[in-house]
Amino acid sequence: MSIEVAAPRLDHLDWLESESIAILREVAAECASAALLFSGGKDSVVLLRLAQKAFRPARFPFPLLHIDTGHNFPEVIAFRDARAAELGERLLVRSVEDSIARGSVVLPSPEASRNAAQSVTLLEAIEELGLDACIGGARRDEEKARAKERIFSFRDAFGQWDPKAQRPELWNLYNARVHKGEHVRVFPISNWTELDVWQYIAREGLALPSLYYAHRREVVRRRGLLVPVTPLTPPGAGETAEIRSVRFRTVGDISCTCPVESEAADAEAVIAETLVTDITERGATRMDDQTSEASMERRKREGYF
Amino acid sequence: MNAPLDPGRLEDRGVLRFITAGSVDDGKSTLIGRLLVEAKGVLADQLAAVRRASERRGSGELDLSLLTDGLEAEREQGITIDVAYRYFSSPVRKFIVADAPGHEQYTRNMVTGASTADAAVVLVDATRVGVDGLLPQTRRHSAIAALLGIRHVVVAVNKMDLVGWERAVFERIAGLYDDLAHAVGLKDVRCVPVSALQGDNVTRLGSSSPWYAGPTLLALLEALPADRADAARPLRFPVQLVIRANGAAAEDYRGYAGQLWSGVLRAGQEVRILPSGERARVASIDTLDGALAQAVAGQSVTVRLDRDVDLSRGDWIVDDADEAKLGTALTAELCWLDRSPLDPRRKYLLRQGTRTSLASVLAVEDRLDVSTLSERREAAALNLNDIGRVRIAVQQPVLLDAYARNPATGAFILVDAATNQTAAAGMMRAT
Ligand SMILES: Nc1nc2c(ncn2[C@@H]2O[C@H](COP(=O)(O)OP(=O)(O)O)[C@@H](O)[C@H]2O)c(=O)[nH]1
Repeated sequence: MSIEVAAPRLDHLDWLESESIAILREVAAECASAALLFSGGKDSVVLLRLAQKAFRPARFPFPLLHIDTGHNFPEVIAFRDARAAELGERLLVRSVEDSIARGSVVLPSPEASRNAAQSVTLLEAIEELGLDACIGGARRDEEKARAKERIFSFRDAFGQWDPKAQRPELWNLYNARVHKGEHVRVFPISNWTELDVWQYIAREGLALPSLYYAHRREVVRRRGLLVPVTPLTPPGAGETAEIRSVRFRTVGDISCTCPVESEAADAEAVIAETLVTDITERGATRMDDQTSEASMERRKREGYF
Repeated sequence: MNAPLDPGRLEDRGVLRFITAGSVDDGKSTLIGRLLVEAKGVLADQLAAVRRASERRGSGELDLSLLTDGLEAEREQGITIDVAYRYFSSPVRKFIVADAPGHEQYTRNMVTGASTADAAVVLVDATRVGVDGLLPQTRRHSAIAALLGIRHVVVAVNKMDLVGWERAVFERIAGLYDDLAHAVGLKDVRCVPVSALQGDNVTRLGSSSPWYAGPTLLALLEALPADRADAARPLRFPVQLVIRANGAAAEDYRGYAGQLWSGVLRAGQEVRILPSGERARVASIDTLDGALAQAVAGQSVTVRLDRDVDLSRGDWIVDDADEAKLGTALTAELCWLDRSPLDPRRKYLLRQGTRTSLASVLAVEDRLDVSTLSERREAAALNLNDIGRVRIAVQQPVLLDAYARNPATGAFILVDAATNQTAAAGMMRAT
């Protein structure tokens, strides 16, 4: 008779964590020059924790990179800098502002959303730094086009994604090989959902910018969304500002990120709200994604995260 | 309605990955849509987008299949090109669904989706099973599931509402599928009568089939073992990376980072390093959260050994008593995934575990007939979507684990050394 091994069972967060750690280690082993995109947002906070789990006690084998639109919430930027310093890791910042100065980004109007312009700055940074891999925190549950993207996702010499010519990805045998000038985008938390992310934040006790939790804020209602009132996004004609208790579910560019009504003061409370929510993260919070059924796919092809 | 998964609960059974297979119009998209909606994998704004799209297309009803059409080209052409991954949770488990389209490029897509799946849900349309039995596609999909080592199959006999929920229809199909499973080598098969459209027996038992006492499709999926990374198989730990940190001399850290692909690893265990053959003892199994007494298949850890050994990326840690063999010649079942056909004159890179080695295909021995995937024909080449047996020579030794005995380590990919395309999926045969 064989002895039954009472092996510990991996719960779903353990499973996801181990898969993500293995992916990060593959990047470190297979890619010559990588960077981990870190914005201070919750998905990239999770990525940082996973990188600690993958590489400590050593330093990360790649720098952190933030593409700064210049339209970020100041406290997110402060959080970003504090977190990088606390970890003792190198943080590189490249700004859309510089691309505008160089002339590579031309905005339709000064107050236009700089969300799409980030792609240009990112591709410029990839070229400047000679990166062959960029690690991002995108998840397949966020959006339809992402549901079909590989974990190691190939970008050609122009930084473009061709959804119809993706490399098949089998087992856990990833193909990170590129020619000079090409790169891969790597998404270690592809298989996580928004709920998994929050459950992990709660389990690991990860700090987040306070915008993620309920706070009172001046907003206006516009097309079913709550739009924060900021110097960049003043109330429109005929709109009245009101103070609501809100939290952000993503903290991107100020000009296109909206909060949701919430009383959730900590991660546990956010999980409770997420369990009953009826709206996806992007649907509730991103003005830019609603434009067309395929808008994310188009932006991604052009080099977006 | 299912309350979603709460981690840390005793009954958190981790993650089950499954693939769905069916011929066009069997109701695969409707079934996945139903699972997602009822388990809250789909939220209101996605549903609203689907409703808008359904209306634009002139279909009056809410078309749940639109939930799973991702890319612009797919929507324009009304087809699905690529595998999509979907997520939902029940109170005890998280599910990852690989939704592989049933027509275009089905081999490439299904092989990709099946490679990571613990289980397959095979759809059979109850109205389309004629006197000559199951559809040819059902046979092909089942053959691929068997080839890729999927150990558990759930047959969803769909559209039972259209055959008046007649028990005899269900039982006849279940019988036909048993014969098919036997023929292609699938061992663990369960059948469930469902209506994806009306929802009976998908996540809740319907009243239309009093003769069927359950379980529902979801209950079956909740109970299946997730055994692609199997703790009961021999220890296989491919080293991904050596982790070093310098401190005071006594504190210099040297650990071997990797994920256990199968088996169990214990602190204090006597292990062997391959290919060097050196022996060592596990000094500790480290994680950021502290050292572990043991790690199981699927876990990412960092291993320290009690002595200096020759060990780096690409090497394996196995049990000391393990008779694992290495070699530079192997035979394998190969699924060709690239547009440019297999060319024995070309150089390929064979990736197994964490090692990449130059490889050449010495000979194609035969090819499976594409229409049945059961007969073998003589062949000299393999083209896109072909499956056949080959002999391969590699420059550096690989671990000769038969895929049938250990799918985690018996698997490899071939990458075209010139184009970097992933050209083939390989499954080693016993030598
Ligand atoms: N009556 C009935 N129709 C169904 C059922 N499941 C799917 N259908 C219909 O069958 C057609 C094909 O379904 P679809 O999900 O698109 O099939 P797929 O090609 O396998 O993804 C659609 O018109 C569905 O509404 C069912 O259980 N009963």
